Order: sequence, then C-alpha cells, then structure tokens
Amino acid sequence: MRDNPILRVTAKILFAPIIVFGLYVQFHGDYSPGGGFQAGVIIAAAFILHALIFGLEAGRRLVPGWVNLAMLAGGVIVYGGVGVAGMMLDGLFLDYNVLSYDASKGQHYGIILVEFGVGLTVTGVMLALFHAFAGFAEAHYKPSSGSKGGTSGEDGS
Amino acid sequence: MTVLVENWNYLVVICLMMGGLFIVISQNNLVKKLVGLAIFQTSVFLFYISVGKIAGGTAPILKETGDLLYSNPLPHVLILTAIVVGVATTALGLALVLRINAAFGSIEDDEVLAMKAEDGEPRGRRDDDAEDRT
Amino acid sequence: MTLAQIIANLPALVVAIPLLLAPVAALLPYAGLTWALAVAGTGGALFCAVMLMGATAGGKSFSYALGSWPPPWGIEFVVDPVSAFTVLVMAALAFVATLFARTALLAEIAEADAGKAYSAWLLACGGLSGLVMTGDAFNLFVFLEISALSSVILIALGAGKDRRALIAGYNYLVIGAVGATFYVIGVGFIYAVTGSLNMADLAERIPQVPQTTVVMVGFGFMMAGLLVKAAIFPVHVWLPAAYAFAPSAVSALLAAIATKASLYVIARVMFGMFAGVPDLAGFAAEFILVPLALAGIFLGTILAIYENDIKKLLAFSSVAQIGYIALGFGLASTAGLAAGFIHIGNHALIKGGLFLAVGCYAVALGSRVNLGGMAGLGRRMPITTTAFLVCGLSLIGLPLTAGFISKLYLVRALLEADMIAVLLLVMASSALSVVYLWKIVEVLWQKAEGEAAVTEQPALYMPLWIVAIANIWFGIAPAPLVDGAQRAAMYLAGGL
Repeated sequence: MRDNPILRVTAKILFAPIIVFGLYVQFHGDYSPGGGFQAGVIIAAAFILHALIFGLEAGRRLVPGWVNLAMLAGGVIVYGGVGVAGMMLDGLFLDYNVLSYDASKGQHYGIILVEFGVGLTVTGVMLALFHAFAGFAEAHYKPSSGSKGGTSGEDGS
Repeated sequence: MTVLVENWNYLVVICLMMGGLFIVISQNNLVKKLVGLAIFQTSVFLFYISVGKIAGGTAPILKETGDLLYSNPLPHVLILTAIVVGVATTALGLALVLRINAAFGSIEDDEVLAMKAEDGEPRGRRDDDAEDRT
Repeated sequence: MTLAQIIANLPALVVAIPLLLAPVAALLPYAGLTWALAVAGTGGALFCAVMLMGATAGGKSFSYALGSWPPPWGIEFVVDPVSAFTVLVMAALAFVATLFARTALLAEIAEADAGKAYSAWLLACGGLSGLVMTGDAFNLFVFLEISALSSVILIALGAGKDRRALIAGYNYLVIGAVGATFYVIGVGFIYAVTGSLNMADLAERIPQVPQTTVVMVGFGFMMAGLLVKAAIFPVHVWLPAAYAFAPSAVSALLAAIATKASLYVIARVMFGMFAGVPDLAGFAAEFILVPLALAGIFLGTILAIYENDIKKLLAFSSVAQIGYIALGFGLASTAGLAAGFIHIGNHALIKGGLFLAVGCYAVALGSRVNLGGMAGLGRRMPITTTAFLVCGLSLIGLPLTAGFISKLYLVRALLEADMIAVLLLVMASSALSVVYLWKIVEVLWQKAEGEAAVTEQPALYMPLWIVAIANIWFGIAPAPLVDGAQRAAMYLAGGL
C-alpha cells in the first residue's frame, strides 16, 4: 500500500491530527464524553493506520516490541500506583481526596493520573493486538516446514 | 399492541440477545461463534443504556439554576466497563482461534472435534495395555 | 508503607498485591525472578488473609470503602466471617500451588513464556480474591471476568504439551462469557427496579420492590450465570477438558480455588442479597440447586469411573464434589451452609493435593498420565504416591481425614433437614467414588516391567506433602476449619 500516493500522503497528513484528537478526548474525560478507553483506542488507531499503509516492520520500528510491552504494563502500574499512593498518604485504596491539600484538587489529580494510566494501557493493548494478529502468519507458518496448513498431495498420503 | 410499541427497546434487546445466543450454539465456525457472543453482549449493553434513559432528560451536568431532569449516568459507566471486558474476551477468543488454526489446520468445530478425538485414542502408538481397561 | 497503614488497608491489599505485581511480572523476562514475584504476591495475599481471619474472630464484620466513597454510592469490600474464611482457604492453596509451580510450570511451558504465565497466574489469584471480597454486584462481574480471562490464558498454556488445551480454553472462554453475561443481565434487572448495586443495600431494598416478577427474572438470570461459573450440572461441560489439558500446576491452582469463589458467590447471592425474599431463595434452593447438585454428584462419579486419563478423572470427580457443596447450600439451613463451607475448605485441600500429586507424576513421566502409563509408579515414586493415597482416602471420606469431616457434617445437615432419600443417594455416591479410587490404586501398585527408578524432586513433593499433612491435620483436629465455616454459616444465615 505504500506505493499508492493517495494512501501514503493521507496517512502522513492524518497521523498527527488523530493523535491530537486522541489527547483531546483523553483530557476531556472529566468534562465531556471521553476518558482513557476511548482516547487509547483513537491514539492506537493512528499507529495502526501507519502500520497498515507502510508495513508491519515500519510500524514495529516506530513502536518497538519492548516499548509496547512497557506501555501495556506501565499503564496498570500507574493506576495501581495512584491507589497505593492513596494508601501511603493515610487514605484508603484509590482515595483521591488525600492526593492534595484540597479534596477537590485531589480528585482532579487522581482522575487525570488514573485516566492517563488507562489510556496508556489501552493504547499498548490495541497496538499489541494488531501486531500480534497481523504478524501471526509470519511468526507461525514458517515457509520451510512444508505442508503446514496446506493440502499437499505430493507426499502421496 | 401499544405495550409492544412503548417497549420497543426491550424487543430489540430480546431479538439481539436470542439471535446472538443462537449463533453461539448453532454455528460450527469458531469465529462465527465469537461474533454471536459479541452480538449477545451488545444486546446487554443496549438493555442497560436504554433502561437508563429518562424521557425528557438531559445530560447529567450540574447547572446553576432550576431543577434538572437528567438521564442516569451510572449505566453508561457500567457499560463502558462491560464493553472493555467484551473487547478483551473477543480478542482473547480470536487469538485462541488463530492458534487452533495453526495447531489443527481448521476452524470448523466438527472437524476440530474429530481431530481432537483422534488425539484421545492412542492408536497403538503409546503402550496402553488394552486388557487393563476396567 | 507503615505497618499501621498496612493493617488499615488489609481488605484492599489482599486483592491489590497480586493484581499490582502482575504487570511487573509481565515486563520481566527471567523465569526465576517472575516466580519470586508470584510467591511474593500470593504470600502477601496469604498474610493479609490470615490477618483478616483474625480480625473477624468474634463474628465481627466491617466494610472497606474503596476511594473513600461511602457505600452505597461507592464500591465497598466486605470483611465478615464468610469472606474471610473463603479468602483464607483460597490464599493458602494459591500460595502452595505457586511454590509447586516453580518446577512444574517450567517443565510444561516454554521458558520464554514464564514471565507472562506468572503474570496471568497473579491476575487469576488476585481476581478470585477480589471476587470473594467485593460487596458490589457489578464489581463482582468485573472480577469474575478478570479471573475467567486469566484462567483461559493459563489453560491455553498447556498447548505446548497437548494441542487440545486450546479447544478447552476456547470452550471455557465462550461458555464462561455467556455465563457472565447472564449474570450482568440479572444485575441489570435488579438495578432497574432498585436503583442500587451494593449488595447490603440490595438486601434491604429487594423485599420492598413492588415488581416481584422483575426480581424473580433478575434472580433467575444471576443464578444461571453463577451456575455456569461454578460448574454445576448441566453447565459443567467446560470443566473436565479445562482441568485435564491445562499445565499441571495450573490444574492444581484452578481446581483448588476457581470454582470455590463462584460457589461462595452463589451462597452470598442466595442468602445475602436475596435474604429478604426467602420464598424465592428457598424455591431456588429446593427445586433447582438440590436436584442439579444430586445429578452432578452422580454424573461426575460415574463418568470418573469410566475415564482413563487421570486428570480428566479428577476433573469429573471435582464436578461430583462441587455437587456436594451445592447440596449443602441447597439445604438452606445453617447446618447445610456450614457443611457447604466446610467442604469448600476441605475439597480445596483434597483436590489441590490430588492434582499436585498428578503434577509430580506428569513431570516425572514427561507425558500425559493415564491409567496405562501409571503402572508400578507406586513403587518407583513412593513419597508422591503416599501423599496421593492420603488425599485419595480423604476424597472418599475415610475417618481421620479431612474428607470424613465434610461428609459427617453434610450427613448431619441432611438428617436435620429430614431428607432421608437424598442422604441415601449421598451414601451411594460415596460408595461409588471408592470404585474409581480403587482403580487408580490398583494400577499404581501393579507390577510393571523393570523401568529405571524415577528421582522425586523435593521442590515438587514438598508442597504436595504440606497439603497432604493438612488433610490429616484437619481430619484429626478439624476445629479451626469447622469453627470458621460454622461462624460463616451463622453470619450468612442470620439473614435467613
């Protein structure tokens, strides 16, 4: 697909605005429809569009495997970290009130951090799913192992 | 008749739910089963959200003046969670289907079942003593 | 974190410690390090569970509001004799299975997968603990799905050895997802008529609801979903294949703790949430739970007699034992509930021990353990086989073992409820279970062709012997387990 000029140019032009829109959705989660899940999917869509047009290797160069795994796990650790921070500041688990001197400011910080963690994980998951599914054929069906998944009649059985 | 028209959202939910469940049970293809499961789960989401809507209600945002009739925001939050769970289930199911295809060469339930049964009978390759089968 | 903070946050920590160590384990590629993380996770959860059991000693109960949002607006974790007892049983068995997994899991999966396997392991343990601790109906669904999805991953890991594990995982995924969605439909109906999701709040509101049909439908859907997860006949069909083809350590973990959590939830929903409508709960107990439990007991025992693959045999036996627990709950009396909870504790020990022993055999043989391949193993692996025998005798209910205590209390509860026909059926099924145990014992001590002696690794038989000794301990001195279960039953039946 990278030979088609329309697709290539469109993907290049659209990549950044999709991510900006995703960030907009992320930070507006507490005022309007949005939040971590939706933003994560939108941002992942930008990377998936890039990988669709320019190929899986280009996509993997952009977001290497270990970065993907770190995003996945890091988001959960951020979420859990906010919960543990609440406990360490003499509150309960996932208590946002103690995160700041003012309870409402604490709620604000808590929600932003938690949604950031969720967005990070969802982005990582969507990207990892795409690469796992799209790259499955190469990883599992090695061309050297003969009749894997084929209906070969050559061996005479 | 008016009962049916007034509660048309429940009708839609029931049709989708039963359709999805039927697809899960009746289809042989493993991917189609997952599609049926997704339809089944979607019907549940529609059920929650349609129940949460109040006629004449607006968005649940606090206004300075006056009384406010708002639709319940809690079902939406529950359904967001349930949608994510559904996505994870579908993704895991599809990953398993890919591995089943790689291991068995087919994603039709009856063919896979036949191959599974072959796996279960040793066909003389293992040293099962046939006389010892109680 | 100071000790005071830990003590104040125990209910959350028993769930949070495994869940938060899971992503860390996913990041690390070293098998030994991730195993250590898994031990730390399950060990920490065990520590918290022991402290929680002590905190509920006098029948005390308290609630822990997540995020400082007071119930019923926020999600709460309930700590009362029922949940403390169940979470202690589950945390203890999870810890022992994790110790066993060090050698057993690596023998059956690729070493590169170990990090992610232990991550799924911790997610399963944390999710099942959360299932027991939560006091919110929808939060229960979330934990139900966390534990189900991570269990599917663990089961499908057995594909390295036997590709049928993939089918078993897929079937468990689809059937489990349908069950969980049924549960959500039920919660939706109940929420629509009461407006609350908190279990304690629902217990007060449900009797006041004028739309009794909706309550009945909601209850029906919730129970249908929970029956699927608890593997009660006829929706138990996912369990035999799932336990048979999973890696040995995973079978031990799931057999010991996975279905127990769903059975606990059934008891909670029937006698906690719907305590205010005793006709409904009583009808479900008498006309649904008891017949299905009896059918499961007989089906499980009879199918186990005809099965050759040892893990599948034990899985069918699990279906039967789950039937005993469901029968205890179905009696809807304090004695019945106590018998059910006692068997939750004892069956975790029995089945955990049996699957750990079969795991030892599987690792030693390097192949699937079926009746043909087990010939003469009794002589070659005496340490493992003795422990297997102890757990097997506990399964059939020999006096001085833990299984006898459960059977005793179940018989007492049946006599108290005057259900003599059911009592005779239970005795008959106990006699039948001797048949399949005898089949295994006979093969174990058979004369086989001279094979090389098998070395038994201490890393494998030490956790097994911990569980076997516990079987004997709780057969001779059952007081702690029985007291805990009876306190749980009295607390739950206080709403009856």
